[in-house]
Amino acid sequence: MNALLIRDLRLAIRAGGGFGLGLAFFLIVVVLVPFGVGPNMALLGKIAPGILWIGALLACLLSLDRIVALDFEDGSLDLLATSSLPLEAVVTLKAVAHWITTGLPLVLAAPVLGVLLGLSQDGYYWIVVSLLIGTPALSVIGTFGAALTVGLKRGGLLLSLLVLPLYVPTLIFGAEAARRGAEGLATGTPLLMLAGITCGTISLLPFASAAVLRINLR
Amino acid sequence: MSLWEYANPVKFLRLSGKVLPWISILAAVLLVSGLVWGFFFTPDDYRQGSTVKIIYIHVPSALMAINAWFMMLVASLIWLIRRHHVSALAAKAAAPVGVVMTLIALITGAFWGQPMWGTWWAWDPRLTSFLILFLFYLGYMALWAAIDDPDTAADLTSVLCIVGSVFAVLSRYAVNFWNQGLHQGASLSLDKEENVSDVFYQPLLLAIGGFVLLFFALVLVGTRTEIMKRRTSAIIAREQSK
Repeated sequence: MNALLIRDLRLAIRAGGGFGLGLAFFLIVVVLVPFGVGPNMALLGKIAPGILWIGALLACLLSLDRIVALDFEDGSLDLLATSSLPLEAVVTLKAVAHWITTGLPLVLAAPVLGVLLGLSQDGYYWIVVSLLIGTPALSVIGTFGAALTVGLKRGGLLLSLLVLPLYVPTLIFGAEAARRGAEGLATGTPLLMLAGITCGTISLLPFASAAVLRINLR
Repeated sequence: MSLWEYANPVKFLRLSGKVLPWISILAAVLLVSGLVWGFFFTPDDYRQGSTVKIIYIHVPSALMAINAWFMMLVASLIWLIRRHHVSALAAKAAAPVGVVMTLIALITGAFWGQPMWGTWWAWDPRLTSFLILFLFYLGYMALWAAIDDPDTAADLTSVLCIVGSVFAVLSRYAVNFWNQGLHQGASLSLDKEENVSDVFYQPLLLAIGGFVLLFFALVLVGTRTEIMKRRTSAIIAREQSK
Protein backbone atom coordinates (compact mmCIF):
# COMPACT_ATOMS: atom_id res chain seq x y z
CA MET A 1 0.00 0.00 0.00
CA ASN A 2 2.77 2.41 0.93
CA ALA A 3 4.62 1.56 -2.26
CA LEU A 4 1.61 2.44 -4.36
CA LEU A 5 1.08 5.71 -2.51
CA ILE A 6 4.74 6.69 -2.88
CA ARG A 7 4.65 5.74 -6.57
CA ASP A 8 1.59 7.90 -7.17
CA LEU A 9 3.11 10.83 -5.30
CA ARG A 10 6.37 10.52 -7.25
CA LEU A 11 4.53 10.40 -10.56
CA ALA A 12 2.42 13.40 -9.63
CA ILE A 13 5.40 15.50 -8.56
CA ARG A 14 7.90 14.48 -11.23
CA ALA A 15 5.97 13.74 -14.38
CA GLY A 16 4.31 16.35 -16.51
CA GLY A 17 4.05 19.25 -14.06
CA GLY A 18 0.52 18.41 -12.91
CA PHE A 19 1.60 19.21 -9.38
CA GLY A 20 2.08 22.97 -9.66
CA LEU A 21 -0.65 23.42 -12.24
CA GLY A 22 -3.53 23.29 -9.77
CA LEU A 23 -1.87 25.88 -7.54
CA ALA A 24 -1.18 28.18 -10.49
CA PHE A 25 -4.80 27.86 -11.58
CA PHE A 26 -5.96 28.71 -8.04
CA LEU A 27 -3.77 31.84 -8.14
CA ILE A 28 -5.14 32.87 -11.56
CA VAL A 29 -8.77 32.50 -10.47
CA VAL A 30 -8.21 34.56 -7.34
CA VAL A 31 -6.33 37.25 -9.32
CA LEU A 32 -9.06 37.44 -11.96
CA VAL A 33 -11.93 37.98 -9.52
CA PRO A 34 -10.96 41.59 -8.55
CA PHE A 35 -10.75 42.43 -12.27
CA GLY A 36 -14.30 41.18 -12.59
CA VAL A 37 -15.92 42.79 -9.56
CA GLY A 38 -13.72 45.87 -9.09
CA PRO A 39 -10.90 46.72 -6.61
CA ASN A 40 -13.23 47.57 -3.71
CA MET A 41 -11.45 45.98 -0.72
CA ALA A 42 -14.55 46.00 1.53
CA LEU A 43 -16.58 44.09 -1.07
CA LEU A 44 -13.70 41.71 -1.82
CA GLY A 45 -13.17 40.99 1.86
CA LYS A 46 -16.84 40.11 2.16
CA ILE A 47 -16.83 37.60 -0.69
CA ALA A 48 -13.26 36.36 -0.09
CA PRO A 49 -14.18 33.07 1.68
CA GLY A 50 -16.55 32.12 -1.13
CA ILE A 51 -14.02 33.00 -3.84
CA LEU A 52 -11.28 31.02 -2.13
CA TRP A 53 -13.58 28.01 -1.83
CA ILE A 54 -14.70 28.17 -5.45
CA GLY A 55 -11.11 28.68 -6.60
CA ALA A 56 -9.95 25.66 -4.61
CA LEU A 57 -12.83 23.60 -5.97
CA LEU A 58 -12.04 24.49 -9.59
CA ALA A 59 -8.33 23.87 -9.10
CA CYS A 60 -9.21 20.48 -7.66
CA LEU A 61 -11.45 19.75 -10.65
CA LEU A 62 -8.70 20.62 -13.10
CA SER A 63 -6.40 17.87 -11.91
CA LEU A 64 -9.02 15.13 -11.59
CA ASP A 65 -8.57 13.51 -14.98
CA ARG A 66 -4.95 12.69 -14.09
CA ILE A 67 -5.95 10.50 -11.15
CA VAL A 68 -6.65 7.32 -13.09
CA ALA A 69 -6.43 8.25 -16.79
CA LEU A 70 -2.63 7.85 -17.13
CA ASP A 71 -2.64 4.49 -15.37
CA PHE A 72 -5.56 3.39 -17.53
CA GLU A 73 -3.76 4.31 -20.74
CA ASP A 74 -0.45 2.57 -20.04
CA GLY A 75 -2.13 -0.51 -18.58
CA SER A 76 -0.81 -0.29 -15.03
CA LEU A 77 -4.40 -0.06 -13.81
CA ASP A 78 -5.02 -3.59 -15.14
CA LEU A 79 -2.03 -4.80 -13.14
CA LEU A 80 -3.33 -3.04 -10.02
CA ALA A 81 -6.76 -4.60 -10.56
CA THR A 82 -5.27 -8.10 -10.71
CA SER A 83 -2.93 -7.55 -7.76
CA SER A 84 -3.73 -8.73 -4.26
CA LEU A 85 -4.72 -5.22 -3.18
CA PRO A 86 -8.51 -4.73 -3.43
CA LEU A 87 -9.55 -2.10 -5.95
CA GLU A 88 -11.32 -0.18 -3.18
CA ALA A 89 -7.95 0.34 -1.50
CA VAL A 90 -6.37 1.36 -4.80
CA VAL A 91 -8.91 4.11 -5.45
CA THR A 92 -8.67 5.31 -1.84
CA LEU A 93 -4.89 5.56 -2.18
CA LYS A 94 -5.28 7.42 -5.46
CA ALA A 95 -7.62 9.88 -3.74
CA VAL A 96 -5.12 10.29 -0.88
CA ALA A 97 -2.31 10.94 -3.35
CA HIS A 98 -4.50 13.47 -5.17
CA TRP A 99 -5.29 15.21 -1.89
CA ILE A 100 -1.63 15.41 -0.84
CA THR A 101 -0.54 16.81 -4.21
CA THR A 102 -3.55 19.10 -4.86
CA GLY A 103 -5.73 19.58 -1.78
CA LEU A 104 -3.00 20.18 0.79
CA PRO A 105 -1.11 22.81 -1.29
CA LEU A 106 -4.42 24.59 -1.85
CA VAL A 107 -5.08 24.65 1.89
CA LEU A 108 -1.64 26.12 2.52
CA ALA A 109 -1.93 28.67 -0.30
CA ALA A 110 -5.42 29.89 0.62
CA PRO A 111 -4.41 32.26 3.47
CA VAL A 112 -1.66 33.78 1.29
CA LEU A 113 -4.17 34.49 -1.47
CA GLY A 114 -6.58 35.73 1.19
CA VAL A 115 -4.25 38.74 1.59
CA LEU A 116 -4.96 39.68 -2.03
CA LEU A 117 -8.68 39.62 -1.34
CA GLY A 118 -8.60 41.52 1.93
CA LEU A 119 -9.79 38.62 4.06
CA SER A 120 -10.67 39.69 7.61
CA GLN A 121 -8.39 38.83 10.56
CA ASP A 122 -10.46 35.89 11.82
CA GLY A 123 -10.93 34.64 8.26
CA TYR A 124 -7.40 33.25 7.82
CA TYR A 125 -7.80 30.66 10.51
CA TRP A 126 -11.25 29.52 9.41
CA ILE A 127 -10.48 29.31 5.69
CA VAL A 128 -7.60 26.96 6.50
CA VAL A 129 -9.69 24.88 8.88
CA SER A 130 -12.68 24.60 6.53
CA LEU A 131 -10.51 23.76 3.51
CA LEU A 132 -8.53 21.25 5.54
CA ILE A 133 -11.73 19.47 6.52
CA GLY A 134 -13.47 19.84 3.15
CA THR A 135 -10.83 19.18 0.49
CA PRO A 136 -10.52 15.42 1.24
CA ALA A 137 -14.20 15.11 0.26
CA LEU A 138 -13.44 16.95 -3.00
CA SER A 139 -10.64 14.48 -3.78
CA VAL A 140 -12.75 11.41 -2.99
CA ILE A 141 -15.78 12.62 -4.98
CA GLY A 142 -13.45 13.61 -7.82
CA THR A 143 -11.89 10.15 -7.86
CA PHE A 144 -15.36 8.70 -8.35
CA GLY A 145 -15.95 11.05 -11.30
CA ALA A 146 -12.54 10.23 -12.76
CA ALA A 147 -13.19 6.50 -12.46
CA LEU A 148 -16.59 6.95 -14.07
CA THR A 149 -15.26 8.73 -17.17
CA VAL A 150 -11.88 7.01 -17.51
CA GLY A 151 -12.73 5.01 -20.63
CA LEU A 152 -14.16 7.94 -22.58
CA LYS A 153 -12.36 9.76 -25.32
CA ARG A 154 -13.51 13.28 -24.47
CA GLY A 155 -14.11 12.71 -20.78
CA GLY A 156 -12.83 16.08 -19.55
CA LEU A 157 -15.93 18.22 -20.06
CA LEU A 158 -18.26 15.40 -19.07
CA LEU A 159 -16.22 14.93 -15.89
CA SER A 160 -16.90 18.53 -14.86
CA LEU A 161 -20.60 18.20 -15.65
CA LEU A 162 -20.84 15.05 -13.51
CA VAL A 163 -18.63 16.11 -10.61
CA LEU A 164 -19.66 19.74 -10.04
CA PRO A 165 -23.26 18.94 -8.94
CA LEU A 166 -21.81 16.38 -6.52
CA TYR A 167 -19.62 19.15 -5.04
CA VAL A 168 -22.63 21.29 -4.09
CA PRO A 169 -23.13 20.12 -0.46
CA THR A 170 -19.40 20.29 0.31
CA LEU A 171 -19.17 23.79 -1.15
CA ILE A 172 -22.25 25.02 0.72
CA PHE A 173 -21.06 23.89 4.15
CA GLY A 174 -17.38 24.70 3.54
CA ALA A 175 -17.97 28.22 2.27
CA GLU A 176 -20.60 28.83 4.95
CA ALA A 177 -18.17 27.81 7.71
CA ALA A 178 -15.45 30.06 6.27
CA ARG A 179 -17.86 32.98 5.85
CA ARG A 180 -19.21 32.66 9.38
CA GLY A 181 -15.66 32.43 10.71
CA ALA A 182 -14.58 35.53 8.79
CA GLU A 183 -17.55 37.48 10.18
CA GLY A 184 -16.87 36.31 13.71
CA LEU A 185 -19.97 34.12 14.03
CA ALA A 186 -20.21 30.60 15.46
CA THR A 187 -18.95 28.01 12.96
CA GLY A 188 -19.81 24.81 14.80
CA THR A 189 -22.79 23.58 12.78
CA PRO A 190 -21.45 23.99 9.22
CA LEU A 191 -18.04 22.63 10.24
CA LEU A 192 -19.63 19.53 11.76
CA MET A 193 -21.78 19.02 8.67
CA LEU A 194 -18.70 19.44 6.48
CA ALA A 195 -16.79 16.90 8.56
CA GLY A 196 -19.79 14.57 8.28
CA ILE A 197 -19.78 14.83 4.49
CA THR A 198 -16.03 14.19 4.39
CA CYS A 199 -16.28 11.13 6.67
CA GLY A 200 -19.29 9.81 4.76
CA THR A 201 -17.72 10.18 1.32
CA ILE A 202 -14.39 8.70 2.44
CA SER A 203 -16.09 5.65 3.90
CA LEU A 204 -18.69 4.98 1.18
CA LEU A 205 -17.60 6.41 -2.17
CA PRO A 206 -14.49 4.20 -2.70
CA PHE A 207 -16.89 1.26 -3.12
CA ALA A 208 -18.73 3.10 -5.90
CA SER A 209 -15.43 4.22 -7.48
CA ALA A 210 -14.07 0.67 -7.44
CA ALA A 211 -17.35 -0.64 -8.91
CA VAL A 212 -17.29 1.77 -11.87
CA LEU A 213 -13.57 1.13 -12.38
CA ARG A 214 -14.26 -2.61 -12.63
CA ILE A 215 -16.95 -1.90 -15.22
CA ASN A 216 -14.56 0.29 -17.19
CA LEU A 217 -11.80 -2.34 -17.05
CA ARG A 218 -14.10 -5.10 -18.35
CA MET B 1 -47.11 -15.36 -13.53
CA SER B 2 -44.99 -12.67 -12.03
CA LEU B 3 -43.89 -9.14 -12.79
CA TRP B 4 -40.44 -10.40 -13.81
CA GLU B 5 -41.91 -12.07 -16.91
CA TYR B 6 -42.03 -8.65 -18.50
CA ALA B 7 -38.27 -8.43 -18.24
CA ASN B 8 -38.46 -10.45 -21.46
CA PRO B 9 -38.42 -7.77 -24.19
CA VAL B 10 -40.87 -9.68 -26.43
CA LYS B 11 -43.44 -9.98 -23.67
CA PHE B 12 -42.82 -6.40 -22.62
CA LEU B 13 -43.37 -5.15 -26.17
CA ARG B 14 -46.56 -7.15 -26.54
CA LEU B 15 -48.08 -5.98 -23.25
CA SER B 16 -46.95 -2.37 -23.54
CA GLY B 17 -48.28 -2.25 -27.11
CA LYS B 18 -51.70 -3.25 -25.83
CA VAL B 19 -51.68 -0.95 -22.80
CA LEU B 20 -50.13 2.12 -24.41
CA PRO B 21 -53.16 3.42 -26.38
CA TRP B 22 -55.38 3.17 -23.30
CA ILE B 23 -52.88 4.99 -21.08
CA SER B 24 -52.44 7.68 -23.72
CA ILE B 25 -56.19 8.21 -24.15
CA LEU B 26 -56.76 8.30 -20.39
CA ALA B 27 -53.86 10.74 -19.96
CA ALA B 28 -55.31 13.02 -22.64
CA VAL B 29 -58.80 12.88 -21.11
CA LEU B 30 -57.54 13.63 -17.60
CA LEU B 31 -55.20 16.40 -18.76
CA VAL B 32 -57.79 18.12 -20.92
CA SER B 33 -60.57 17.89 -18.34
CA GLY B 34 -58.30 18.89 -15.45
CA LEU B 35 -56.74 21.83 -17.28
CA VAL B 36 -59.98 23.09 -18.85
CA TRP B 37 -61.77 22.80 -15.51
CA GLY B 38 -58.87 24.52 -13.77
CA PHE B 39 -58.36 27.28 -16.31
CA PHE B 40 -61.95 28.24 -17.09
CA PHE B 41 -64.30 26.94 -14.40
CA THR B 42 -62.58 27.82 -11.14
CA PRO B 43 -62.75 31.22 -9.45
CA ASP B 44 -59.72 33.50 -9.17
CA ASP B 45 -57.88 33.46 -5.87
CA TYR B 46 -58.76 36.46 -3.73
CA ARG B 47 -55.16 37.54 -3.39
CA GLN B 48 -53.33 35.93 -6.33
CA GLY B 49 -55.94 36.68 -8.97
CA SER B 50 -55.84 34.49 -12.04
CA THR B 51 -52.12 33.64 -11.63
CA VAL B 52 -53.20 30.90 -9.24
CA LYS B 53 -54.07 28.86 -12.33
CA ILE B 54 -50.38 28.22 -12.99
CA ILE B 55 -50.74 25.65 -10.19
CA TYR B 56 -52.36 23.15 -12.59
CA ILE B 57 -49.13 22.83 -14.56
CA HIS B 58 -46.53 23.81 -11.98
CA VAL B 59 -47.40 21.34 -9.22
CA PRO B 60 -47.91 18.20 -11.38
CA SER B 61 -44.72 18.80 -13.38
CA ALA B 62 -42.70 19.39 -10.20
CA LEU B 63 -44.15 16.21 -8.72
CA MET B 64 -43.22 14.19 -11.80
CA ALA B 65 -39.74 15.73 -11.98
CA ILE B 66 -38.89 14.15 -8.62
CA ASN B 67 -40.79 10.91 -9.21
CA ALA B 68 -39.09 10.40 -12.58
CA TRP B 69 -35.72 10.45 -10.85
CA PHE B 70 -37.06 8.05 -8.22
CA MET B 71 -38.28 5.71 -10.97
CA MET B 72 -34.84 5.88 -12.58
CA LEU B 73 -33.27 4.96 -9.25
CA VAL B 74 -35.52 1.91 -8.84
CA ALA B 75 -34.95 0.85 -12.46
CA SER B 76 -31.17 1.28 -12.04
CA LEU B 77 -31.20 -0.90 -8.93
CA ILE B 78 -33.21 -3.58 -10.76
CA TRP B 79 -30.69 -3.48 -13.61
CA LEU B 80 -27.69 -3.75 -11.29
CA ILE B 81 -29.21 -6.55 -9.22
CA ARG B 82 -31.15 -8.64 -11.75
CA ARG B 83 -29.66 -7.45 -15.07
CA HIS B 84 -32.93 -7.04 -16.95
CA HIS B 85 -32.23 -4.96 -20.04
CA VAL B 86 -35.76 -3.54 -20.20
CA SER B 87 -35.20 -1.99 -16.79
CA ALA B 88 -32.02 -0.20 -17.87
CA LEU B 89 -33.72 1.06 -21.01
CA ALA B 90 -36.72 2.29 -19.01
CA ALA B 91 -34.34 4.32 -16.82
CA LYS B 92 -32.76 5.74 -19.96
CA ALA B 93 -36.18 6.62 -21.40
CA ALA B 94 -37.34 8.31 -18.19
CA ALA B 95 -34.46 10.80 -18.07
CA PRO B 96 -35.51 13.10 -20.98
CA VAL B 97 -39.09 13.13 -19.66
CA GLY B 98 -37.83 13.99 -16.19
CA VAL B 99 -35.58 16.78 -17.39
CA VAL B 100 -38.44 18.36 -19.36
CA MET B 101 -40.71 18.13 -16.30
CA THR B 102 -38.00 19.85 -14.22
CA LEU B 103 -37.67 22.57 -16.82
CA ILE B 104 -41.45 23.09 -16.99
CA ALA B 105 -41.59 23.36 -13.20
CA LEU B 106 -38.75 25.91 -13.18
CA ILE B 107 -40.20 28.02 -16.00
CA THR B 108 -43.81 28.04 -14.77
CA GLY B 109 -42.39 28.78 -11.32
CA ALA B 110 -40.61 31.83 -12.74
CA PHE B 111 -43.82 33.00 -14.40
CA TRP B 112 -45.63 32.56 -11.10
CA GLY B 113 -42.88 34.12 -9.03
CA GLN B 114 -42.64 37.28 -11.10
CA PRO B 115 -46.12 38.69 -10.21
CA MET B 116 -46.28 37.11 -6.73
CA TRP B 117 -42.78 37.57 -5.28
CA GLY B 118 -41.75 40.38 -7.66
CA THR B 119 -38.85 38.34 -9.01
CA TRP B 120 -38.31 35.70 -11.68
CA TRP B 121 -35.79 33.87 -9.62
CA ALA B 122 -34.81 33.66 -5.96
CA TRP B 123 -32.19 31.45 -4.35
CA ASP B 124 -34.89 29.73 -2.40
CA PRO B 125 -34.16 26.17 -1.19
CA ARG B 126 -36.87 24.56 -3.32
CA LEU B 127 -35.91 26.48 -6.44
CA THR B 128 -32.23 25.82 -5.89
CA SER B 129 -32.68 22.09 -5.34
CA PHE B 130 -34.68 21.88 -8.55
CA LEU B 131 -31.88 23.61 -10.41
CA ILE B 132 -29.44 21.07 -8.95
CA LEU B 133 -31.80 18.23 -9.92
CA PHE B 134 -31.79 19.67 -13.45
CA LEU B 135 -27.97 19.49 -13.50
CA PHE B 136 -28.08 15.88 -12.29
CA TYR B 137 -30.43 14.99 -15.15
CA LEU B 138 -28.10 16.67 -17.66
CA GLY B 139 -25.07 14.77 -16.35
CA TYR B 140 -26.95 11.46 -16.38
CA MET B 141 -28.10 11.93 -19.97
CA ALA B 142 -24.68 13.12 -21.10
CA LEU B 143 -23.09 9.98 -19.65
CA TRP B 144 -25.59 7.78 -21.51
CA ALA B 145 -24.81 9.62 -24.73
CA ALA B 146 -21.03 9.44 -24.28
CA ILE B 147 -20.60 5.66 -24.01
CA ASP B 148 -20.87 3.41 -27.05
CA ASP B 149 -21.18 -0.02 -25.46
CA PRO B 150 -24.81 -0.31 -24.20
CA ASP B 151 -24.10 -2.60 -21.22
CA THR B 152 -21.22 -0.48 -19.96
CA ALA B 153 -23.37 2.63 -20.37
CA ALA B 154 -26.22 1.03 -18.43
CA ASP B 155 -23.85 -0.03 -15.61
CA LEU B 156 -22.10 3.31 -15.29
CA THR B 157 -25.28 5.40 -15.46
CA SER B 158 -26.94 3.15 -12.87
CA VAL B 159 -24.10 3.71 -10.41
CA LEU B 160 -24.19 7.43 -11.18
CA CYS B 161 -27.94 7.46 -10.54
CA ILE B 162 -27.51 5.83 -7.13
CA VAL B 163 -24.63 8.08 -6.05
CA GLY B 164 -26.44 11.08 -7.53
CA SER B 165 -29.58 10.28 -5.55
CA VAL B 166 -27.66 10.35 -2.29
CA PHE B 167 -26.05 13.65 -3.22
CA ALA B 168 -29.36 15.10 -4.45
CA VAL B 169 -30.96 14.41 -1.06
CA LEU B 170 -27.86 15.81 0.66
CA SER B 171 -28.03 18.95 -1.48
CA ARG B 172 -31.71 19.35 -0.66
CA TYR B 173 -30.96 19.59 3.05
CA ALA B 174 -27.78 21.59 2.50
CA VAL B 175 -29.63 24.36 0.62
CA ASN B 176 -32.30 24.33 3.33
CA PHE B 177 -29.55 25.17 5.78
CA TRP B 178 -27.96 27.67 3.40
CA ASN B 179 -30.89 29.99 2.72
CA GLN B 180 -34.38 30.69 3.97
CA GLY B 181 -37.13 30.39 1.43
CA LEU B 182 -39.94 32.34 -0.18
CA HIS B 183 -41.67 29.21 -1.43
CA GLN B 184 -44.65 28.05 0.59
CA GLY B 185 -44.59 24.72 2.39
CA ALA B 186 -46.57 21.64 1.49
CA SER B 187 -50.29 22.35 1.11
CA LEU B 188 -51.53 19.22 -0.65
CA SER B 189 -50.82 16.74 2.16
CA LEU B 190 -53.55 14.27 2.95
CA ASP B 191 -53.14 14.54 6.71
CA LYS B 192 -52.99 18.29 7.26
CA GLU B 193 -55.60 20.81 8.33
CA GLU B 194 -54.43 23.70 6.14
CA ASN B 195 -54.58 22.72 2.51
CA VAL B 196 -55.51 24.23 -0.80
CA SER B 197 -59.23 24.91 -1.03
CA ASP B 198 -61.31 22.15 -2.61
CA VAL B 199 -62.26 24.39 -5.54
CA PHE B 200 -58.63 24.25 -6.69
CA TYR B 201 -57.86 20.83 -5.26
CA GLN B 202 -60.25 18.76 -7.41
CA PRO B 203 -59.13 19.93 -10.86
CA LEU B 204 -55.53 19.81 -9.59
CA LEU B 205 -55.94 16.12 -8.73
CA LEU B 206 -57.18 15.49 -12.28
CA ALA B 207 -54.19 17.35 -13.71
CA ILE B 208 -51.78 15.41 -11.48
CA GLY B 209 -53.36 12.13 -12.61
CA GLY B 210 -53.01 13.28 -16.21
CA PHE B 211 -49.32 14.11 -15.76
CA VAL B 212 -48.65 10.74 -14.11
CA LEU B 213 -50.27 8.87 -16.99
CA LEU B 214 -48.56 11.12 -19.53
CA PHE B 215 -45.25 10.25 -17.89
CA PHE B 216 -46.02 6.52 -18.07
CA ALA B 217 -47.06 6.81 -21.71
CA LEU B 218 -43.91 8.72 -22.68
CA VAL B 219 -41.63 6.33 -20.79
CA LEU B 220 -43.33 3.34 -22.44
CA VAL B 221 -42.90 4.89 -25.89
CA GLY B 222 -39.27 5.68 -25.09
CA THR B 223 -38.54 2.17 -23.78
CA ARG B 224 -40.19 0.54 -26.80
CA THR B 225 -38.14 2.74 -29.12
CA GLU B 226 -34.93 1.83 -27.28
CA ILE B 227 -35.71 -1.91 -27.50
CA MET B 228 -36.42 -1.66 -31.22
CA LYS B 229 -33.27 0.42 -31.73
CA ARG B 230 -31.26 -2.26 -29.92
CA ARG B 231 -32.82 -4.89 -32.21
CA THR B 232 -32.11 -3.03 -35.42
CA SER B 233 -28.48 -2.46 -34.45
CA ALA B 234 -28.19 -6.19 -33.65
CA ILE B 235 -29.63 -7.04 -37.08
CA ILE B 236 -27.29 -4.58 -38.81
CA ALA B 237 -24.30 -6.02 -36.94
CA ARG B 238 -25.33 -9.55 -37.98
CA GLU B 239 -25.71 -8.53 -41.64
CA GLN B 240 -22.35 -6.79 -41.69
CA SER B 241 -20.52 -9.73 -40.19
CA LYS B 242 -21.77 -12.08 -42.91
